[in-house]
Amino acid sequence: MTTYYSEEHEWLTVDGDIATIGITQHAADQLGEIVFVEQKEVGDDFEKGADIGVIESVKAASEIYAPVDGEVLEANGTLEENPGALNDSPEGDAWIYKIKLTNTDQLNDLMDLDGYKAFIG
Amino acid sequence: MTDTPKRTPLYDLHVELGGKMVDFAGWEMPVQYPMGIMGEHNHTRAKAGLFDVSHMGQVILRGSDAASKLETLVPAALTTLKEGKARYTFFTNDEGGIMDDLIVANAGDHLFVVVNASMRDQDIPHMARHLDGIEVTEIFDRALIAVQGPAAEDVVAELCPAVREMSFMQTMVAEIIGVECRISRLGYTGEDGFEISIPEERAVEICRALLAHGDCEPVGLGARDSLRLEAGLCLYGNDIDNSTSPVEASLTWAMQKRRREDGGFPGAARIQRDLAQGTARKLVGIKPTGRAPARAGVEVQDLDGTAIGAITSGGFGPTVGAPVAMGYVATEFSTPGQKINLIIRGKAQPAEIVALPFVTQNYKR
Repeated sequence: MTTYYSEEHEWLTVDGDIATIGITQHAADQLGEIVFVEQKEVGDDFEKGADIGVIESVKAASEIYAPVDGEVLEANGTLEENPGALNDSPEGDAWIYKIKLTNTDQLNDLMDLDGYKAFIG
Repeated sequence: MTDTPKRTPLYDLHVELGGKMVDFAGWEMPVQYPMGIMGEHNHTRAKAGLFDVSHMGQVILRGSDAASKLETLVPAALTTLKEGKARYTFFTNDEGGIMDDLIVANAGDHLFVVVNASMRDQDIPHMARHLDGIEVTEIFDRALIAVQGPAAEDVVAELCPAVREMSFMQTMVAEIIGVECRISRLGYTGEDGFEISIPEERAVEICRALLAHGDCEPVGLGARDSLRLEAGLCLYGNDIDNSTSPVEASLTWAMQKRRREDGGFPGAARIQRDLAQGTARKLVGIKPTGRAPARAGVEVQDLDGTAIGAITSGGFGPTVGAPVAMGYVATEFSTPGQKINLIIRGKAQPAEIVALPFVTQNYKR
């Protein structure tokens, strides 16, 4: 399994053509206290850059942009009842989707952890 | 608008306290501190929060008939406002819309007026132009802070015991650590509390003394907004503006009987007509049924999908523990309990009209 990071502050842990995706701790910290998450449904497919959900914090609403092309296999249902988990463990229990990757070549456009750390400075 | 944002006398203290500074109405202000918006909100409801509101305009009106002259610009009764008392009012325009809202205090030999930061440049010339023979002086050398919350009295009384005797909307001059301040028992959170006008060179010192109290924490603009929204208090530019009449905005309580009947302020004809005939729309509390916050601009529809209004303020209410909003709806849909839909990102989300405020106001009467 390899973990990739996007410039939109998402992480993807990839196992074959399946990826678990979420937002980084840095993103969660920037958003502030998260009070609502809107997710796509299982079976929805999307292209890289598409809006695949919304995270609302006490400050504002922020879109989640797809870091790659894919299809939703599972949405983390616990976020509906407990959106604050995204502040506590955004890179752990509070993952957002499991997706099927439909264009694995796109992973080459993403960063590794060192690259992401340099990106956020 | 390209001007460098202005800084209040408390800027360095905000930075020292870890405040996240943002541009607000041309001022560099703390939106939150390390405690976070939710924590600051809850702390204010439970104990006491200290807010910097020095960006607001403080104005002195001096002249023997200042109160009766100011009555020509606002629909509040000011000639009967007793010395040491303050009152909420608004400047109306010729169409009966609201140009800004403000607090007027009778300070004995003058009126002390506080206007919104974003409207200082409009309000001060407006008063200077229309208040013939009255000296209109904008104060630039005083900070303005608010201490709000159920422990606010204890926090301020530790430095100035006399505040314990004050009641809601009372104002006085008193010393805090030897500095002469104007202290008014009012605020913008729905909680008991004080606003304190302080000579700028002593403002940091007084804030440090207030923050030394174990119950008092600094609170930013983020929590200020969620606190006032839960308290059902209007934000100028969102919930009220030049196009909304005070009657539509459910602010009839702020227009005393004599003024409603006699008029004599801009737009009185329209406001009296609204009072007599009712209005087509009304500002109401709106509670989304689900968890999605409905923010300003969200369309309100009836259950048949017809547009009946819009949200003017909305977000998550930490004390309510759920999203809360205010907005205008067609009057026939304005009764508490009325089911409506909110169109959030293209989807209809159920909601209900509710009575304001969302939280019980906790003023010291």
